[in-house]
Amino acid sequence: MVAVIEVQELTKKYGDIEAVKGISFHVQEGEVFGFLGPNGAGKTTTISILCTLLSPTSGYAKVNGYDVVRQKDEVRQAIGLVFQDPSLDERLTAWENLMFHALAYRVPKGERERRIREVLDMVELAGRAEDLVETFSGGMKRRLEIARGLLHYPRVLFLDEPTLGLDPQTRNSIWEYILHLKKEEGITIFMTTHYMDEAENCDRIAIIDYGKIVALDTPEGLKAMVGGDVVRLVTEDDRKAEEILRESYGVKMIRDRDCLCFEVDRAENFIPKLIREFPLRIDSISMHRPTLEDVFLKLTGHEIRPQAPDEMDNLRSFVRAHSRKKR
Amino acid sequence: MLEEVRKGSVERFLVGTYIVWLRDVKRFWRDTMRRIGAFVQPLIYLFLLGTGLQSAFKVFGAGETKYITFMYPGILAMTVLFTSMFSSISIIWDREFGFLKEMTVAPIPRSSIAMGKILGGATTALLQGVIFLFFMPLAGISYSLYRVLMALLVMAILSLTLTSLGVLIASRMRSMEGFPILMNFILMPMFFLSGAMFPLQGLPGWMEFLTKINPMSYGVDAMRTVVLRGLVLTPSDPLVNLPPELLEKLVSSGVQLPHSAQLKVSLYPLHLDLLVVLGVGLFLFLLSSLMFGRQD
Repeated sequence: MVAVIEVQELTKKYGDIEAVKGISFHVQEGEVFGFLGPNGAGKTTTISILCTLLSPTSGYAKVNGYDVVRQKDEVRQAIGLVFQDPSLDERLTAWENLMFHALAYRVPKGERERRIREVLDMVELAGRAEDLVETFSGGMKRRLEIARGLLHYPRVLFLDEPTLGLDPQTRNSIWEYILHLKKEEGITIFMTTHYMDEAENCDRIAIIDYGKIVALDTPEGLKAMVGGDVVRLVTEDDRKAEEILRESYGVKMIRDRDCLCFEVDRAENFIPKLIREFPLRIDSISMHRPTLEDVFLKLTGHEIRPQAPDEMDNLRSFVRAHSRKKR
Repeated sequence: MLEEVRKGSVERFLVGTYIVWLRDVKRFWRDTMRRIGAFVQPLIYLFLLGTGLQSAFKVFGAGETKYITFMYPGILAMTVLFTSMFSSISIIWDREFGFLKEMTVAPIPRSSIAMGKILGGATTALLQGVIFLFFMPLAGISYSLYRVLMALLVMAILSLTLTSLGVLIASRMRSMEGFPILMNFILMPMFFLSGAMFPLQGLPGWMEFLTKINPMSYGVDAMRTVVLRGLVLTPSDPLVNLPPELLEKLVSSGVQLPHSAQLKVSLYPLHLDLLVVLGVGLFLFLLSSLMFGRQD
């Protein structure tokens, strides 16, 4: 396998703040590689460096064999980009947006129209080619951006939170495109997300928190780090309960602020036993197979989305829709 | 190898310039409101302000000065000034709505984005100027090939210089709301001190100095020189309002009567005007490409 993206000891400082603190990783050709972490963890900074939009403070990164600082144009030619925020010209038609891109990336003259039709077909927007983008819904715009990112046949497609602010149905259909691309075109995909369920679709995931990679593995590998099942318990006195669990049962605790979480093997046998024997009143008890959320919790000691993220997302898409109207 | 790289980057520059320019022109053409505005705004200035000032001059003793004729080239330059400078607000829009990112990550040089924006703004300004040329006879100026061609040339040079200034300012601005405010700070003095509205004659020393360092003065002067060539604006009759028979008698008996001051058509030689505007323009273009290249 060939590494399409190579990152070595990359750091980025904004004044005194270190957004990225020396990360290193490789992405293989044909992989779907996910960057998972909360907002502000350094995901967008990293992706901006890889796309030549920012210069790193130290370390180096190569995309498709080209240095992102010294060979900007070569890197740009080799990558497709879908930004976190919309970047279409809404006063132009879908076709015109794509034509601008085809010219900028110097798609050969005889190829342009065929390719535009091809990518529009792929994202099912062929019927809307001549419509102004301002008449499109949020999901359609995102699909058009993905189509645009693919127009010049890039080796790597970067997706920065490609489904942020979209409804679940649109999120699913965007994921269908992404997995289709990987299968049919063999394109390498580098994406960031803070949705756990989406990260499950990746071949490998790097978990990033406070500018550092805390784990890098396949989703299965990461979940195996938690081992066993996860039991979530609420009792009359969680502090005391934690002590008892630690001393009498020898379970591995997962740190969390709101409730008691721990791992056990074969939770279906453990729970009845616990209920029979436990000296404190148990208010609720539940179990589940480990998810990436548990992995994140275990590795970092906090949840991935601490401050009501769904509302933040909603607010964000509201602001976007609103600012569009304002124009 | 080096030759190939150079050829590649020249091609990238040209392609980048072309697509950025084409997009801006398309957007202008699609915006009906802007096209109507382009047509109406200069007319308002010419007829409402021009007629008003002409009457004022008559009342206060400048006789039959053709003030509308005097103002026509000034308003032509003003149209170019306003359109050129404000066209660069599209850069701030593009930043706000994300399209600037699509341009900056494309494999085209940043300087070509600046160049495309400058040419785009200059094109729309030139278009407005061309529309305004249709009103030339209404200001009492007859068409001639020299006038039209030279006016186009002056407009082209002026619009390139002024859009460069606009792009330079916009390349550093982040706020949509701040842009018009800053623009007015720069635009209004440039406009008032350019001689577009009133002749730059007999001004107090400090003001004359300001008009001399204002590049716009040279643009307006060039415009006036080419458009009003061969026209006399002030009839050389005496200031004193007397019955014609009496006047004749006085003149024939050798009395020196005070004459109204002549409205000058041209203050500087044409080549000096054009050199100043071109030089300032080139400097501003280089500076704005540099600024564009530097932003992250």
